[in-house]
Amino acid sequence: MKHAWRIKAAAVALAAVGGLAMAADALAQAKEIFVPVLVYRTGPYAPNGVPWADGFVDYLKLVNERDGGINGVKIAYEECETGYATDRGVECYERLKSKKPVAFSPLSTGITYALTEKAPGDHIVLITAGYGRADSVDGSVFRWNFPMMGTYWDGADILVQHVKKKGNLKGKKIALVYHDSPYGKEPIPVLEALSKKEGFKLMLLPVTHPGVEQKATWLQIRQQRPDYVFLWGWGVMNSTAIKEAIAVAYPRLQMYGVWWSGAEPDVVPAEQAAKGYNALALAHSAENDRPIHAEMMKFLYDKGKGTASDKKEVGQVLYNRGMLSAILTVESIRTAMKKYGNKVMTGDQVRWGAEHLNIDANRIKQLGVAGMMVPFHTSCSDHGGAHSARIHTWDGEHWSYTSDMYTADYKLLRPMVEASALKYAKEKGITPVDCSKEK
Amino acid sequence: MSASARNLTIAFFALLAFAAVSPMLFQGVRFPQWLEIVIGGLMSGVLYSLVALGLVLIFKASGVFNFAQGAMVLFAALTLVKLMDHMPLVAALAVTLVVMVALAWLVERLVLRPLVNQEGIVLFMATLGVAYFLNGFGQIVWGADVFTLDVGMPKEPKILLDKMFEGGILVSMEDVVAALIAALLVASLAIFFQKTSTGRALRAVADDHQAAQSIGIPLNRIWVIVWSVAGMVALVAGVVWGSKLGVQFSLQQVALKALPVVILGGFTSIPGAIVGGLLIGLGEKLSEVYLGPLFGGGIENWFAYVLALVFLLFRPEGLFGEKIIDRV
Repeated sequence: MKHAWRIKAAAVALAAVGGLAMAADALAQAKEIFVPVLVYRTGPYAPNGVPWADGFVDYLKLVNERDGGINGVKIAYEECETGYATDRGVECYERLKSKKPVAFSPLSTGITYALTEKAPGDHIVLITAGYGRADSVDGSVFRWNFPMMGTYWDGADILVQHVKKKGNLKGKKIALVYHDSPYGKEPIPVLEALSKKEGFKLMLLPVTHPGVEQKATWLQIRQQRPDYVFLWGWGVMNSTAIKEAIAVAYPRLQMYGVWWSGAEPDVVPAEQAAKGYNALALAHSAENDRPIHAEMMKFLYDKGKGTASDKKEVGQVLYNRGMLSAILTVESIRTAMKKYGNKVMTGDQVRWGAEHLNIDANRIKQLGVAGMMVPFHTSCSDHGGAHSARIHTWDGEHWSYTSDMYTADYKLLRPMVEASALKYAKEKGITPVDCSKEK
Repeated sequence: MSASARNLTIAFFALLAFAAVSPMLFQGVRFPQWLEIVIGGLMSGVLYSLVALGLVLIFKASGVFNFAQGAMVLFAALTLVKLMDHMPLVAALAVTLVVMVALAWLVERLVLRPLVNQEGIVLFMATLGVAYFLNGFGQIVWGADVFTLDVGMPKEPKILLDKMFEGGILVSMEDVVAALIAALLVASLAIFFQKTSTGRALRAVADDHQAAQSIGIPLNRIWVIVWSVAGMVALVAGVVWGSKLGVQFSLQQVALKALPVVILGGFTSIPGAIVGGLLIGLGEKLSEVYLGPLFGGGIENWFAYVLALVFLLFRPEGLFGEKIIDRV
């Protein structure tokens, strides 16, 4: 009897502690803006996922440490490990959405596809900086998706613009070596359209996850001898592709990676084979000398609060991209606050902020990232905000820009974006909003 | 082998050979191009065999299907590459070997010994646990980066017969060296199993744990030895794969390719692991290049399993595996 009483007392105490913890959590939620961070710090994609996550988290930490939050409202964040798997990404989303997040950055096009159907119902913004659905640029249909900085359709068009500069593409052959996933397949419609327009032959060569088996792919490249190879890989697939290219004596100078195939984890393991390798760089590369980097050191790393295990990572390509993604999230919240006041924002308010971003050259300088972003302006009809990229080349030790900035050709892309968005709207029974009436 | 099974096996290989040369007959593929794919496939197959050997060794000696072999390859390669930061290659290899023996001892003490005479599926599940533990533990200790392993393998390919054929025939010298290492390993293992008393004891244990124990063969010591040998094989595979791909988490995924290899070659046969590896490597590369475009590409991963499954239909014990007949 006494034993049963003890068990009951313990259960009541446990429930009370649980209740108190939940109340404290709810109180904290009421005072802070919650930004979940979907990451992959383990598994085959971790070498690329880690620096991105470190850059993203460091910027959130910096805003809290340096500014006391966004206009005085602190940011709360929580990492969730996805392993770059769509099911685990959705699991993270479902678990974290109860904490009233305002924006998710899934860092996976596959996860983005899955969440695109969920986010409108939950009123959560999806900021997919440099990835995600290319057609979600059309905000009249995709109200909650923001493929900022550049889409894969932008990337495909810009790569073709670049190689076209070297000579007419008529009769030439371009091979797309791509990760066999929604991410890798994303540029195919644009490359097919461009192959008809420019008269080049397109070879499609999928590589299955995780991308360590590419011998057959590169033997085909050796036999077909394409004039250019576009690499749309991620994680270990990239360094393997560069190594396989040398194994079949394919010239690296004719290889071009997308911006997710052009970072330090892609070229360093390939050693000398990577020398001369080119990739798209969006508007940033491996800048590590901007004011933002000095602030990261001053407010975080000098105080032992930095996220990266080695501070040399600060300023690497993917670190910078994670940091810029966080900047876009924070700026969306800040823009929303201009309209709704300096308080904890809701998803709807941040959606408005993300749709009315206006980051001009002056603001870019204030943010400490001059030369790493192009001026940026989002709207209902353009959730991307910027559609520019340039090429950077690995010299064996450093990345350096080797082209001017290109802007994607929206005379070609806009009709494709609208047609694809409309098709999606019909499939899902969505009525597109009239962007001319959006304020 | 019964006459009908023999005929089916011959028919299978005849069909396979016909399928292999059909690109030249029906798709207008030129001989040098075809030969290049064949060589590339065979070389990949040798690398799969390296991992399959570890699986066969443990299954042969203990009847355990060691799912952790891929994780052991990764663990050995990670240990080696991190040790090479502090010591020369030869010393690092020696220390890694000691680590793998220590790992074998730990697996025997903590996992296998408590499970003696349990069902095979129980032991298999235990190795699954070991695999996940090694993956997680390896990443905690050494991180998830891609580490460069330079053991002096040649990276530049050779173009052969370029006077005879336009463009010549490309051969990866790295793969050739890997094939030589694999051949040396197989020869050493064959001698170990056939000519040494420990090897014979290992085979006795494989036949029947209890019977082997009853005639005085120390089961626990045998298990430590066989896991140590499998650890050594994992180290060799780790060196070859790690040098080729970089030492990284995905190495253990490549090891999954060893599954169709042992299905095809037989779980208990070292020559089976080699022949199975060659057939899988050849089959998947030819299928990817010549059949892949019909399916939108990317078929080599599952095609290996299809090949193994088809073979299983009429020869469940694999090409060189022992036929097991149970009285009921």
